[in-house]
Amino acid sequence: MSAKVTVQHRFGAYGGQYVPETLMPALLELEAAWIDAWADTEFRARLDALLRDYAGRPTALYLAERMSEIAGRPIWLKREDLLHTGAHKLNNALGQGLLAVRMGKRRIIAETGAGQHGVGTATACALLGLECVVYMGAEDMRRQLPNVQRMELLGAEVRAVEAGTRTLKEATSEAIRDWVTNVETTHYIIGSAIGPAPYPSIVRDLQRVIGDEAREQILAATGRLPARVVACVGGGSNAIGTFAAFVDDPGVRLLGVEAAGEGLDSGRHGAPLTVGGRPGVLHGALIALLQTDEGQVIEAHSVSAGLDYPGAGPEHAHLRDSGRATYTAVTDLDALRAVRDVARLEGIIPALETAHALHVVLREADTSDMDLVCLSGRGDKDLAEVMRRLPEC
Amino acid sequence: MLTDAVTTPGEQRIAQAFAQAPGRAALMPYLMGGFPDPATSLRIAQAYVDGGADLIELGMPFSDPIADGPVIQAAAGRALAAGTGVEDVFAIARAISPQVPVVLMTYANLVLARGADRFAADAAAAGASGLIVPDVPLEEAPALQAACAAAGIALVPLVAPTTTDERLARIGALAQGFLYTVSVTGTTGERAALSDEFAQIVGRAGGATSAPVALGFGIATPEQASAAADAGADGVIIGSRLVREAADAADPVAAVEELVRSFAGALR
Repeated sequence: MSAKVTVQHRFGAYGGQYVPETLMPALLELEAAWIDAWADTEFRARLDALLRDYAGRPTALYLAERMSEIAGRPIWLKREDLLHTGAHKLNNALGQGLLAVRMGKRRIIAETGAGQHGVGTATACALLGLECVVYMGAEDMRRQLPNVQRMELLGAEVRAVEAGTRTLKEATSEAIRDWVTNVETTHYIIGSAIGPAPYPSIVRDLQRVIGDEAREQILAATGRLPARVVACVGGGSNAIGTFAAFVDDPGVRLLGVEAAGEGLDSGRHGAPLTVGGRPGVLHGALIALLQTDEGQVIEAHSVSAGLDYPGAGPEHAHLRDSGRATYTAVTDLDALRAVRDVARLEGIIPALETAHALHVVLREADTSDMDLVCLSGRGDKDLAEVMRRLPEC
Repeated sequence: MLTDAVTTPGEQRIAQAFAQAPGRAALMPYLMGGFPDPATSLRIAQAYVDGGADLIELGMPFSDPIADGPVIQAAAGRALAAGTGVEDVFAIARAISPQVPVVLMTYANLVLARGADRFAADAAAAGASGLIVPDVPLEEAPALQAACAAAGIALVPLVAPTTTDERLARIGALAQGFLYTVSVTGTTGERAALSDEFAQIVGRAGGATSAPVALGFGIATPEQASAAADAGADGVIIGSRLVREAADAADPVAAVEELVRSFAGALR
C-alpha cells in the first residue's frame, strides 16, 4: 500500500475544477477529509478489513494457459471479476462510502453506465446503512437490466435519465445536478477516474490496490515484471488503478484499450485518447474529449455501456501525452468475439468492457513476452446483449 | 454601487445600466440564444428590450449544461438541434447591444474551444459587455479574467448560499460588472417560493463587494422579483420562467414581452 497522500489538481495540463461555485466548498471539504482519512491508520485498517473479509481481496492472479497458447506469450489475468459484486468498482465504492460516513453525509448519489459502479455503490450503502440514489441512462437500464434489478434489491433508488442518448454522459450530468441541489447532505461517489479534483486522485488511490496486488503476485509467481500491462478504458478507473503500481517501472509498457464502437472512421466510438484532438471540459475537468470544433460534446458509442462515454480521465490524457502509456481501440464486434473466445478458452465470461482489452492480448500481434491484463469485471450483466449480438460475429 | 473601481468599457456600461435602471432593481431577463431557432430568439431578445429589460443575459447553448435545470437544458438542446452556433449567438448580441448591455452566459468548454483570448475578443466585438461562465469558479478564473480584461469586458463571477465567508470576500473583491448571486442551493429553475436563504445571501453578497448584486436562479414571479429588490438586490435575473413562456406560448414573442413588462412593473 502506498502511504503517500497526494491530491493532484492537474495532471500536466489536464484536470482542474470546472464546477459551479455551489460545489466548490464541498470539493474543498472532500479534499481535506480525504487527505485526513487516507493518512489515518484506523481508516485504512477498516477499509482493508472490508476489502479482505467482505469483498474478497486479494483477488487471484491467474495464468490463462489456453489464451497464452494462442497469443504465443504468457497472459496473466488479474481477476477483479472475482471481487464481490463482480467488478473492480467495489474497491472505490467501499472507500468512498467509508469516507462519506466519516464526513457525516448519509445520502449517497452515483452515476452508472454498465451498472457495475451502481451495484458497487448500492452494496456499500446497504453495508454502511446509507441512503442511495443511482442515476442511469434509460438505454443503459435496458441493456444492463440485471444490474438495475440488483441495485433495487439492495435498496437503492435507480433514477432513469432520458436526456440525449440516455447513457453514461447524461447520467453523470444528472448526478452532478443532484449534487448541486443537495450538496449539504449528500456525497457524490463518482465511479471513474474523472470529475473535478480531488476525485481523479481519490479514485486512483482506491483502485490502486489492483495494481499493487498484481505487481506483488506476478513477482512472486514469475520472479519478474510483465512486459505489458493492459486494461480497458472508459473513464479509466480500473486502468489507472492497475497502471499506478507499474508507472515507475520503466521496463513495463502500459496499454489502455478504448471502445472503437462501429469503427474509428465511423465517428461512432468512445475512443478520445486514441483519436487525439483538443482536450475539453466535461463533468468538471479538462480531459480527453470527443467534441466539435465549437466545443459541443459529441455522443459516444459502444456496445459496452461502461465504455460508452465521450471522455477519458485527466491522468490518462497526461500519461498519453507524456508517452508513458499508449492507447488503442477495439470495435464492438471484436469485443463481442472476445467474450465468446475467453468464455470457451478459459471458462470465464468477461464483461464486455473487459473484452476490449482481452481482444488485444489474444488476437493482436505484439513483441511483448508477458502480458498482465486487468480482468475488470464479469459478464453476467451482458448476457442478453451478447446473445443478441453474437450472431453478427 | 461604486464606480471608481470600473476599469473596462464593459464594466462601465453595465455599471451605468444598474445606476440608471428606473426600477428599484435592474431587470435582467435571460434568453437562450437560438431557442427555439436563431431568428425567433432575436425577436424574443427585442421583446425583452421592448418590455423593459435594463440588461440582457444571453445564453449560448452547450450540450452538457450542468448548472441548468430541465427547462434551460431542453432549450439548449433545441437551440443546438436548430443549428445554433457560436456565431449565431454573437449575431444576437450584435443586434441587441446597441439598445441595452448584453452579458453572455456560456460554459467553459465553448470558451476554451475558441481559446479564452479569442472568445473574449469576439464577444467584445459583438458588443457584449460581460461574460458569465458558471463552471469557471475562482480557482480556474485567472486566465479568463486576463482575457476579458484585455478585451474590455467584465468577467462576472457567481456566489451561492454554500459559499463560505472567506470565499465570498475573495470573489466579491474580484467581481466585475456585478456579482451574480445564486438564490438557492441548486440548478436554474422556477421555485414555488423563494428559499429561506435568499435574503441572507443577498445581504452577505452585498457586504462582500462594491459591485452591484444581481440575484438569479429560481425567481419566477413578479412578487418574487419585488421581494428580491426589497431584500436589497441591485438586479434581478429571470431565466427559466421566461424560457418556459417562449417554449409554451402560442405567440412566444408577444407572451415574453408581456411577461417582462409585468416583472418591470413589479420593480417600479
